[in-house]
Amino acid sequence: MSNPLVDMDKPDTIFAIGTNMTECHPVAATGLKKALTKGAKLVVADPRKTRLAELAHLHLPIRVGSDVALLLAMAHVIVREGLEDTEFISDRTTEIEAFKEHVREFTPEWASEICEVPAADIEQAALWYGSAKLGAIYYTLGITEHICGVDNVQSLCNLALLTGNLGKEGTGINPMRGQNNIQGAGDCGAVPANYPGFQPVVSEEFHEKFKKAYQQPDLDLGNAMTKVTALNLCGQKEGGIHAMLINGENTVVTDPDKNHCEKALNSLDHLVVIDIFLTETAQMADVVLPASAWGETDGVQANTERRVQRLRAAVPSWGDSKPDWWIIAGIAKEMGIPGFEFESAKDVFNELCSLSPIYKGLNWDNIGDGNYQWPVPEEGHPGTPILHQGEFKDGKPGLFKIIGYRDPAEVIDDDYPVWLTTGRRLQAYHTRTQTGRASGIDYLLSEETLEVHPDDARDWGLIDGKFAKIASRRGEIQLKVEATTRSPRGTVFTSFSFADTNVNILTGSGYDPVTQTAELKVCPVRIKPA
Amino acid sequence: MINDPNSAIASQLAITIDGQKTTFTEGETIYQVATRLKKDIPTLCYDDRLDAFGGCRLCVVEVEGIRNPVASCTTKANDGMVVKTAPPRIEKMRKTLLEMVASENRQIDVDPLRGLASQELSTLVNKYGARNGRFKGAKSGTSNIKDENPFILRDYEQCISCYRCVRVCAEQEGDYAITVANRGFHTQITTEFNNDLRDSDCTFCGQCIQTCPTGALADKKAIRAEALPEPIKKTRTVCPYCAVGCSIDLMTKGDKIVGAQPAMDGPANKGALCIKGQFTYDFIQHEDRLKKPLIKQADGTFKEVEWDEALKKAAEGFAKAKAKYGRHSIFGIASGRAPHEAAYSMQKFIRAGFGTHHIDNCSRA
Repeated sequence: MSNPLVDMDKPDTIFAIGTNMTECHPVAATGLKKALTKGAKLVVADPRKTRLAELAHLHLPIRVGSDVALLLAMAHVIVREGLEDTEFISDRTTEIEAFKEHVREFTPEWASEICEVPAADIEQAALWYGSAKLGAIYYTLGITEHICGVDNVQSLCNLALLTGNLGKEGTGINPMRGQNNIQGAGDCGAVPANYPGFQPVVSEEFHEKFKKAYQQPDLDLGNAMTKVTALNLCGQKEGGIHAMLINGENTVVTDPDKNHCEKALNSLDHLVVIDIFLTETAQMADVVLPASAWGETDGVQANTERRVQRLRAAVPSWGDSKPDWWIIAGIAKEMGIPGFEFESAKDVFNELCSLSPIYKGLNWDNIGDGNYQWPVPEEGHPGTPILHQGEFKDGKPGLFKIIGYRDPAEVIDDDYPVWLTTGRRLQAYHTRTQTGRASGIDYLLSEETLEVHPDDARDWGLIDGKFAKIASRRGEIQLKVEATTRSPRGTVFTSFSFADTNVNILTGSGYDPVTQTAELKVCPVRIKPA
Repeated sequence: MINDPNSAIASQLAITIDGQKTTFTEGETIYQVATRLKKDIPTLCYDDRLDAFGGCRLCVVEVEGIRNPVASCTTKANDGMVVKTAPPRIEKMRKTLLEMVASENRQIDVDPLRGLASQELSTLVNKYGARNGRFKGAKSGTSNIKDENPFILRDYEQCISCYRCVRVCAEQEGDYAITVANRGFHTQITTEFNNDLRDSDCTFCGQCIQTCPTGALADKKAIRAEALPEPIKKTRTVCPYCAVGCSIDLMTKGDKIVGAQPAMDGPANKGALCIKGQFTYDFIQHEDRLKKPLIKQADGTFKEVEWDEALKKAAEGFAKAKAKYGRHSIFGIASGRAPHEAAYSMQKFIRAGFGTHHIDNCSRA
């Protein structure tokens, strides 16, 4: 998030797109609800009538995967009506003229055809966001899990740059990250393209720095590989992946195209899984190493607003389980890899801080209970609750990106005439390895359903509460039908929480070419009564 | 700027509380200013995250020039005001109020596992010596025993009609799932059509439990551990689910996790939680947890082994792959759920161990 969570009740106009916040980030959503009671306008773009959409002054039930068209048309209206922030644009951005020229042809009428919402509603959304004094954008995976995920995010950035809604309280571009420490995994360098602290692996300077720090003379300069590529290369003779270490991820349930994923992991010579349960993925491993759970380990995590917070052990580790870092260090030491003489979580965290410019001012003892939001470039620095104040984080002017609309990887046709989109539910977390084992949850959510508009259910011969067969180009599953107007006509929804009705057997139509994020939000399917 | 405490105007706004003169900002209540001076004014209907309600009348104070005591939580501080927070007349009034409140309830003492604020009534009753049975007679509130939800006990015989639950649900959560029916002794907290909570707009965030000052609303999961003899210990940590990063106090008795309570001073949540943070901690000590390292046998079954053997086996496999296929044949997937120390060690294992950038996490799925 460019802005802190405490800012959420401050905007006068909120544009929430691809975020089912009341279910996925309920506590954050209370901030938006408070903004509404203070009189803020809320525009929600989401194919489904989520709780947030019900609260909105304007709901745009856009067709799945049509976000770029909507955002181009909103930019068109803002430019046409002269609502742009000329001072911000001239002080802080570049390439505005090309952008204005680019959006000239993308009228609300044009977008209306693609997004399947009235042009007048697109116009209204643009007028509200364009005239906001404090306009804030919130988004979640409904924006990123597309083949055009990067285009979607950059289109949102264009809107914020155009209206100057960046770098001040109550504004910003605010992605709600999905997992407790997904921000932290990136901060720590557990991504292919960056060392800890987002220092690019293609940089010679950082290459030298880490060669020395990690005593590894053969360190590659660049040559990053994502998980998606790795799974494609599993078992291949030439340049293949043959051994994998997976820490706390139920890959075969969460990832798209389950069959492909299982085949990949099965083809490995050696698979080691570190987890707290014998998950579907752990069952495929050669060695399973039991990790201490949350509540049993000391550590640090970073939330969606870049706040660095302490985790504390409340009880001893279960059985012989051990902290993840201890296990990984144990394998490393066994292999003779230098630099793993850690004795505590504190040692590991302090080494991270010493190598990461955004954590340089932090250490185990000064972070307290979330005193800082990174970057914290030196000790004594107060941290950075709001990014991009005065200048952008990279020191360069904000660049308007020229982006065009693309169809999803697969579109509906005669064989697969229905859009399927996926997400989460309030009472379950991911694949229910944790929430599914908490007592009481079954009282509220005991099984998965397929949400279908009642008129579609009738037209397709489906009966509320009875099973339907759902097939995509990759597989077929059965789900109980729930007739509900939360789904628009022609689009159905289910979550990926239940392994026994795994929707990821169906998904996996394509990936964003830049980030290789899977298009989990769009999958054409056909549906029949079971 | 009237709100700027450094401006000349702001510095002129002054109030005298128990003989102590202090400045305040326009809009502050007497209660807020007094609390800043560490005055211990009793309340039952007050939750500083909610609009002041003025229902319990325990926070009454004496203001010079005003004949009747005023509720300090709803009365704005005025320039030149002279306030006494605990003169004998006020303290006597508070005691009488507490005697009346206490008389309506089935019991005064409740287990602290019921909820974060559950001890407020008993603490005040003890402090004011109001446990004397002076007002015998009618009780108020009827407990809802038909609602079988596994999370929220609705023990309304303990309800004192402070409406904190109704207000937290509306003002803090924006859910408006519960409301107040009837008046006087018949006052009852209820849902639309008196349905079970499951059939209302309740999201089971548990905020009503945690703000209840008498334990009338209680954490059903936590109170299962009432009989355990050990004292309750609280450990401050952060919720393990989404990335909002809500601060939580995990409650333990001995080595057993018995509940979770929101941290009112949590920087990201300011006391709020959702159903997952509030109620789904018990996966930690679930019997399905892995206790020992496992190595897969030739027949596909797992054998439990000691750490030495497991780490050796894990390391051997990576060394073999490196020798056979080269250092680019190994890949690591870090977790978005584990702490920094796990993610950092994972990427270091790959980069220092093999010199590659074959490391990723689950954010692409």
